[in-house]
Amino acid sequence: MKTTMLEVDNLATGYGAVQALKGVSLHVDRGEIVTLIGANGAGKSTLLMSICGDPRARSGRIMLDGEDITAKPTHEIMRSGVAQSPEGRRIFPRMSVLENLVLGAQAAGQDPAQQLPRVFDLFPRLRERQSQRGGTLSGGEQQMLAIGRALMSRPRLLLLDEPSLGLAPLISRQIFATIRDLNEREGLTVLLVEQNANQALRLAHRGYVLVTGRITMSGSGAELLARPEIRDAYLGGGH
Amino acid sequence: MTAPAAVPALGITARLRAALVDASKATVVAFGLFFIMVGLRTDVSPTGALFLRTRWLDVALLCAAVFVSRLALALWLGRRKPEVGPAWQAAALSRAGLLFGPALLALALILPFVPGIGRYELDLGILVLTYVMLGWGLNIVVGLAGLLDLGYVAFYAVGAYAYALLAQYFGLSFWICLPLAGILAAFWGVLLGFPVLRLRGDYLAIVTLAFGEIIRIVLLNWVELTGGPNGISGIPRPTFFGLPFSMSGGPQTFAGFFGLEPSPSHRVIFLYYLILALALLTNWVAIRIRRQPIGRAWEALREDEIACRALGINITNTKLTAFALGAMFAGFAGAFFATRQAFISPESFTFIESAIILAIVVLGGLGSQIGIAVAAIVMIGGFELFRDLDEYRMLVFGAAMVVIMVLRPRGLVGSRAPSVLLGEQRRIDARFVGEGRG
Ligand SMILES: Nc1ncnc2c1ncn2[C@@H]1O[C@H](COP(=O)(O)OP(=O)(O)O)[C@@H](O)[C@H]1O
Ligand SMILES: [Mg+2]
Repeated sequence: MKTTMLEVDNLATGYGAVQALKGVSLHVDRGEIVTLIGANGAGKSTLLMSICGDPRARSGRIMLDGEDITAKPTHEIMRSGVAQSPEGRRIFPRMSVLENLVLGAQAAGQDPAQQLPRVFDLFPRLRERQSQRGGTLSGGEQQMLAIGRALMSRPRLLLLDEPSLGLAPLISRQIFATIRDLNEREGLTVLLVEQNANQALRLAHRGYVLVTGRITMSGSGAELLARPEIRDAYLGGGH
Repeated sequence: MTAPAAVPALGITARLRAALVDASKATVVAFGLFFIMVGLRTDVSPTGALFLRTRWLDVALLCAAVFVSRLALALWLGRRKPEVGPAWQAAALSRAGLLFGPALLALALILPFVPGIGRYELDLGILVLTYVMLGWGLNIVVGLAGLLDLGYVAFYAVGAYAYALLAQYFGLSFWICLPLAGILAAFWGVLLGFPVLRLRGDYLAIVTLAFGEIIRIVLLNWVELTGGPNGISGIPRPTFFGLPFSMSGGPQTFAGFFGLEPSPSHRVIFLYYLILALALLTNWVAIRIRRQPIGRAWEALREDEIACRALGINITNTKLTAFALGAMFAGFAGAFFATRQAFISPESFTFIESAIILAIVVLGGLGSQIGIAVAAIVMIGGFELFRDLDEYRMLVFGAAMVVIMVLRPRGLVGSRAPSVLLGEQRRIDARFVGEGRG
């Protein structure tokens, strides 16, 4: 029986005079990996952030497990089972790997000691580097740290904003494999934003295409991969 | 592994040539500046008319000085480039660093009884400790939470006036007023915190600066309450848990109760230990709280506010607690200042005080407790040392600060100890933990 984990209904938001989202509707079922692809500036990051309440929705509704979280303060949303690995990773550069992880748990009111072993098992590299400063990690390690830090809050729903950004293909494949692993083994629900549409659509059960604040297409990963418009716009040339 | 680091074999002549070019460029710039600022000077002649006086010799001397020092600097910097000392040296240094703090503390504890330490030295010690405490307090706001506060002296003033007014109007004693002064200052910290929640960096700095000035101007103009520019005098001196330090030597005085010869130095020694205790309290709280979730949230806030939002850290609470706690310690210090001076006026709470405290925090290495203590000793002690230089004192200080910041851009103690560790403590050599991005 499929149940809806996240439901975004006709969401509009923006920054000042900039209207970044103009009525976006999508849903993510429990245990699903859903990907959102779109060009630069389409509003993908804005969507992930406004699910977390920052920027706040100007109209529309966001439901998490049947609960309306549209007007909830950000820090309460993040305590109710949502975690985000933000665009550009944004780890705390002068703090150690361990401190970064501990912060992820404490910000959401979780006990770090209980979550650490799981995250270290998932990313053994982080265990080795635990006392190193975050800013001195390689790009791939920083991405692991950003995801690990998000997982420390024991989320039901993980929001990932361009985890493959700026990573070598081999490393980004590893990251994607970890996401699949998390989803298959622990049933973690994932909403994945990517510009790397090829890999993302292969990984995801379903996908949406966002163009300047509006959803223009949706379907299963395989379906979208097969569409000629997608091939031209998001897969062409590149890899 | 002890092979000396390979110094790029740049020939001595090539280096000299580069240094000469560099020095010449600096001299040209210096000439451009001094030509107008020093070379030409309008003076009033005995007849009262303005006339232009030229001082080419001074300009020549200044330019020569610039040339020589720039040359020396270029050669010196060029000489020691990729200098990485052997590992044992770094280890010894870090061990010495570990001992330095306790040694300093021990010295502070026995200072009043060190032979040769008189009234003057103790007074100076009290002054230095006041700034150490203020530095540690401001460090919570600036060093840990990364909120650039240029109006910190306002809370110092709130604490001082809180004690002075409560004592004057309600006859409350110092020991009751001390916590009240801290609470009031913390309250004002929150009051300042609210409007600046959304501000960062330079904007925050400007608003806090204005806040500091507003407090001072209110104190200056609210004459009925604060006495305005005349200040408040006759502020009660502190008692030793109810026993006054009086020269009468009666049984209800400190000297009489303990059967000592009445001496004016008792009060000074008491004040010294009082401010030492207050400063150590500040230090202890700051160190403890850094390992708490709230302290870690402050540091995270300093690192990256957007990441904090994405993690669900409550930004409002995090900022307000930093402002409140920092302000509280300034309030304690203010009450101490009032009872020590027995007289306060708005003049003691000008912007320059905020600037000095901030300079102590920055010079000490944002976030480092021991660095701040050293910086306060150097700055405040140095101010005293160069008292004879009069107005050149500031010049010496400016120069000293520039030199420190050039040699140690991250402050005297620029490394940061992590607040959590698992298992055995793994020290990471500061040399390999370079600047992260951002
Ligand atoms: N903090 C901000 N202030 C103003 N405009 C913003 C801000 N962040 C994003 N935008 C604008 O919102 C639109 C969507 O941006 P974003 O969500 O970052 O796109 P994407 O993640 O798809 O590249 C863009 O036009 C961008 O310029
Ligand atoms: Mg984006």
